Order: sequence, then C-alpha cells, then structure tokens
Amino acid sequence: MVKYGEIALKGLNKSTFEDILQKNIKRRLKDLGEFSYFRRQSTIYVTPEEDIDISVVVKRLSYIFGIGAIQRCAVFPKDFAVVAENAKEYLRDALECAKTFKVEAKRADKKFPMETPQIQQELGGVVLSAFPYLKVDVHDPDVTVRLEIRDNGAYLSAERIVGAGGMPVGSSGKALLMLSGGIDSPVAGYMMAKRGLVVDCIHYVSPPYTSERARLKVEALAEKMTNYCGDIKFYCVPFTEIQEALRDNCPEEYFTVLMRRIMVKIANKICDREGYGAIITGESVAQVASQTLTALYCTNEAAEYPVFRPVIGMDKKEIIEISRKIETYETSTLPYEDCCTVFSPKHPKTKPRIEDIKAAEASYDFDSMIEKAVAETEIKRFKCGEQTIDLFD
Amino acid sequence: MIYLDNAATTRPCAEAVAAVTDTMQSCFGNASSLHRLGLNSEKVISSARKTLLAKLGEGEIYFTSGATESNNTAIFGAVETYRRNGDKIVTTAMEHPAAANPIAKLEERGMRVVRLSPKDHEDFEQAVADAVDDRTLLVSCMAVNNETGYAVDVKRLYRLVKRKNEKTIVHIDAVQGFLKVPLDGDFISISGHKIHGPKGIGALYVKKGVRFAPLLLGGGQQKKLRSGTEPVELIAGLEAAVKNYRGKTERFSQLKSHLVSALSELDGIKFNSTDKCVPNIVNFSIKGVRSEIMLHSLEQQEIYVSSGSACSKGKTSGVLAAFGVPDSDADSAIRVSMCADTTEEELDILVDNIRKGIERFRR
Repeated sequence: MVKYGEIALKGLNKSTFEDILQKNIKRRLKDLGEFSYFRRQSTIYVTPEEDIDISVVVKRLSYIFGIGAIQRCAVFPKDFAVVAENAKEYLRDALECAKTFKVEAKRADKKFPMETPQIQQELGGVVLSAFPYLKVDVHDPDVTVRLEIRDNGAYLSAERIVGAGGMPVGSSGKALLMLSGGIDSPVAGYMMAKRGLVVDCIHYVSPPYTSERARLKVEALAEKMTNYCGDIKFYCVPFTEIQEALRDNCPEEYFTVLMRRIMVKIANKICDREGYGAIITGESVAQVASQTLTALYCTNEAAEYPVFRPVIGMDKKEIIEISRKIETYETSTLPYEDCCTVFSPKHPKTKPRIEDIKAAEASYDFDSMIEKAVAETEIKRFKCGEQTIDLFD
Repeated sequence: MIYLDNAATTRPCAEAVAAVTDTMQSCFGNASSLHRLGLNSEKVISSARKTLLAKLGEGEIYFTSGATESNNTAIFGAVETYRRNGDKIVTTAMEHPAAANPIAKLEERGMRVVRLSPKDHEDFEQAVADAVDDRTLLVSCMAVNNETGYAVDVKRLYRLVKRKNEKTIVHIDAVQGFLKVPLDGDFISISGHKIHGPKGIGALYVKKGVRFAPLLLGGGQQKKLRSGTEPVELIAGLEAAVKNYRGKTERFSQLKSHLVSALSELDGIKFNSTDKCVPNIVNFSIKGVRSEIMLHSLEQQEIYVSSGSACSKGKTSGVLAAFGVPDSDADSAIRVSMCADTTEEELDILVDNIRKGIERFRR
C-alpha cells in the first residue's frame, strides 16, 4: 500500500497528481517484473503479479516523491478467522527479532462485523499465543502490527516505511540545476525535485585545468540524484576558453562573480532552448566570497529566469546532513578540483558593484563565446536509479 | 600514445600476458592439492622462486599481493620476531607510504623512529649506519625513490649497518630498484607491475637465517608464513616479466641526457633529480605552471606523465621535501619515468608539448 503524502490534501485536481505519481511508480518498478495497480482511498495498491523480492520494491518506492508511507501487506478476505489463521506465518519474519509489539486496527469498511477495539484485542491475543516471548508496549513497540479492513480486503502488515514525502516529480514543471562537484548543489536539486520539479543538470568543465576524474565525479553525483529525481538530462558545457579569457582580460578580484554571471547566462540560453522554467543553485548566504549579498545580487542580475536557492538559509551542517541522507556526501567530498576553484583570485571582491562588473564584462566579447559554449554543450542522459560510475577513492 | 609513467606502473610485456593466460588455462590446480594438478602448479611456483632467488641471493621467496603487503609483512613481522633486540627503527623521510605508514603505526605503539633525509647528508648510507645503535631493531630504506629516482647504495648500506650492529635487521623496499640497481638486505620487497608483470603480485625476499612472524594466518601455505592459495598464474606472469626484462642502465642514461638537454633549453626548468638518481626517472619543476594542469594538458595529447607520486592521486606527498625541494617547486613538479621502449622521438614530442604548455599556462 502506497499512501499519499501532500497529494491527499489536494482538491479537484487530485487525480492529476495521482496519475503522475502512479506513472512514476510504474517507471521505477518496471524492470523488476509485472505489477498490477489500483487506487482507492488515497492509496495506490501495488501488487506483484510474479515472484518479486518485495524488499527491493519497498526500497525503490522509498525514493519516490509524493509518497507519504509505504506499507508492506498481505491481503486476506474480510474474515477474521482467516486472518488469525495466517497471521503467525506472515508475521514471523518481523516478530522473531522483536521484544515488544502493539496492534493497530483500522476499520474503513464499517460493514465489518467486529469493531476496532475488539479487532485489536483479538489479534493481539493471536500474536501473543503464537509468539509467547513478546510483550505488549503501546507507546514504543519494536513492531506495530497493522490490520486494515478496507473495501477490497483485509490488509495485514508489520512493516511501514516513511516515504520520501513531497510532490511527485513532474507535477510542477522542469528546472535546470547548476551542478558542481560540491556538497550543496545536489542537495538543492533534491529539495526542488521534492517539490515536484523535474530536475536536469548543467555542469561546466575546464580541461586541462580540471581533470577527467573531476567530471566523472559530477556525473556520478547526477547518477546518485536520479534515485530521487528520476531520469536526468546532463548538460556539460566546455568552459576553458571562457575562463582563460576572463583571466586574461578582466580584473582578478572580479573573476569569480564574472564567471558565475557567464555560467548563469549560459544556463539562460539552455533554458530558452529546452524549455526550463527556472534555474536552481546550491548557493547559501555567506558561505564563500561569491555568496555575499552583493555578489549574489550581481549573479542574480544576469538571470532571465527565477533562480531557486533552496539551501540559501541553511547551515553547512544541515546541508551535509541531507547530503548524507541522499547518499551524495561521499561523492561530493572526493578531492578532485572543479572549475570554480581554477584561477580563483587570492582576494576576491566581497562587495562587487554591478556597474564595475558590467564594465569589466563589456571589455571583451563574451557573448559570442557564450553562444559557442552553448552550441558545443554535450548532452548525456542518466537513467533513473542506474549507477554506472563507481569512484572508489 | 606516449607512456612516460613507468614508475607508476608498466605495460605488461607480451611474455607475462602469455604466461598468465596459459597458466590459467592449462595449470589451474591448487598447489596444495595432493594430486598431479596440484603438483603441476607447485612446479610453476618453484620455478618462479628460483628465478627470483637467482636475482636476489641466498634465501627464501614469499609471494604476496604486492609490495604493500611485502613491506607490511617485513616490517611488522621483523619487529614482532626480533622485539628483544631493541625498540628503535631507523628509516628515511623519502619512504613510500607502504613502508612509512606501517612504521608510523609502530611508532604509535611505542617504537622510537628516526627518519633521515637525503638533503641533510652528503654520505647518506653512512648517515643511516651512524643512526643505528645497539637498541636498533630495524633499518627500513628504499633502494630507489619513486618520485625522484634517488638511489641508495644498498649493498654498502647493508655492510655499514651490519658492521655497526649485526643484529639490526635491514629491510629494503626495492619496488623501483629491482632489476635496476644492485640489491642486498635481510628483507627485500618487490612488485610485479613495475617491471612489466601483472598487478596484484609481489614478493618478499628473506635472507637465509632471517625469520619473521606471518601477517596472515590461514591454511598454512608458503611454509605457514603467507597463508592463502597461491595465485599461480600471477606468479608465472611475474617470473616471465623478470626473465624478459629489457631495461638497460646505459640506454636509460642516453635517454635521460637527451631529455635533460632538451628540457634545459626551456625557460624556468629546475631538475629535482640529481646524478645520484637512476636514469629512468627524471623529476623536474616547471616554474609558474601547476603540475596537475601540465599533466592534464599533456594528457590531451595522449602523453602520460605523473605529478609527484600517482599513489596519492595528486595529493602532494611531502616526499620531495626530503630532497630539499621547496613547496612552490613541488607544486609544479613533473615526473617522467621511462621504460626500455621509450625513444628519443617520444621525449622530443614531450618537450615540445611542455614548451607549448608553458606558453599557455605560465602565470
């Protein structure tokens, strides 16, 4: 049973979200085998039609946004005697390693002859006689045995996993994430995907200043993100010539801000061409010199799309916590340099003035270089959940 | 492709590749099996052992997973066995981490460690021997340094140390020195893939009469001193590599002087390798160009060199400091390491591309 998160609160347009969620689930489980699906009472019932390892299914589902909880169940006819007869066998795996338990019953089908407290009591008795070493603990049990009497059957379950939450990916449009090799940007992408955005990535490379390994690292991060974000389109922008031109033609202290503006301008063009509605970055106020308020203003000024910065007010510690949870932290902290640190000035201007920045920018024909970089951008596709790159440091 | 990173690893020679595949196909028996297939494998191993002993002297050969294991076995094994001889280890500041880290671990456990730098001593072998006292249990010293090619006269070192304290055990990490310089030691570590053999195979030579406690316990293979089923195909590959090794000092010297004179015409080149170094390794710094940038730009032309030591994936190892190379130069250091197939033409192409790189990258 896949129970909705926020979608459950939606009104008349609820079914649109349900459709997207169900489509996402289907895509995600397709390669595991045949499943049947039906929806009722803010729940999608996913039933394997062949012998499939359900723990893999549950793991896959746990990454899908829009899901509030996943409950692994056995379905029985709505007859308490049948449930009681099968409970011992079905619950053994979960209860053999537990010390305490409780029973929670739900009677959605009011025509069922027993009332909720009675179901709980009697099922509790069945469990206790089958597993006499167990104790009841209604406050903090090791295992909660759930029996839900629904329209279409009695669902017995001992395993409930909290889902990824949020809105189904694809229900809110699509945006372009500026993905670096750092800790913050994958987290930013994850957070926006959680709000239902399709997140694709743009990355800038500067060989020979940056290495093949540095690029692979970022591709590995994009792959990791597909767990939550679904399929990701990855734009890899050749950035060497632009960086060399910046180094040779602009005041050193403006280098980083100028570079970030050009990155944003390239992202604008990709958004135009590919139909993205927003740019996402991993910027967080005061983290580095290019993330002071004035520097952010200067970068933002170059954007022609809304820029989402979901980690803007977060501490590094909080960002790291999420990156560990989404399993990007280890990859992010591999040591390879990215293009942001190449040529970075010793003393960057922390309070750049937009007039000075624009004057520096005008001193050289960056526009044609931007066009060229966009034209030469390489596109890769990473399939949902596929992990092909393994960087083992 | 121009491959000039032979101190990192070498291209396996055809004979080694053939030996590995032939052995896998025709001689897959477990050397411990009592039947004929086991004996066939045992014969392959004995033959390899003899080949290695012919190069190293009287004693015993233990096959290992590589030089890291050989070093760990020698260092921990000797200290455990000869603990009563003292509590001091004399080593150098230029060791590879595969020797330096086991020694650091012993230091944590209470051993006293003295580390000598070549930059501080005109006569390095004498300096090592001078540091040995009657409480010195172990001397561990590499034969040839992997980053600069600096060569220690280990035959002389062995004599000097033994004269000072005959009980002191001498371990030589000869990964870069094997088949290139004369060797002597109570323990000598070697590696297959640095001499055109397979990766994952190495050996530890142990001089006659020297003992050590095993690092790995298990089925009791190799006289109970290195348990684990012997990888007979890799051992055959190692033997083939040794038999067919074609590197010649005279040839390397010609190549080195060719490279040095071509590089000397460029502006801002400083050599970190001296004439105390083996000729197949040339380390130099390029003023104003960070090593990694030069390395990746050469890579774009399919020329492969190294910055510092490849083992630490670009992290500066600090070993160059032991040779008196200042940090700024270490940051721009490039290591060219040659093999028997290296040609003057390849070196000319290298130097030409370094020249172009300097024009583009120098800051």
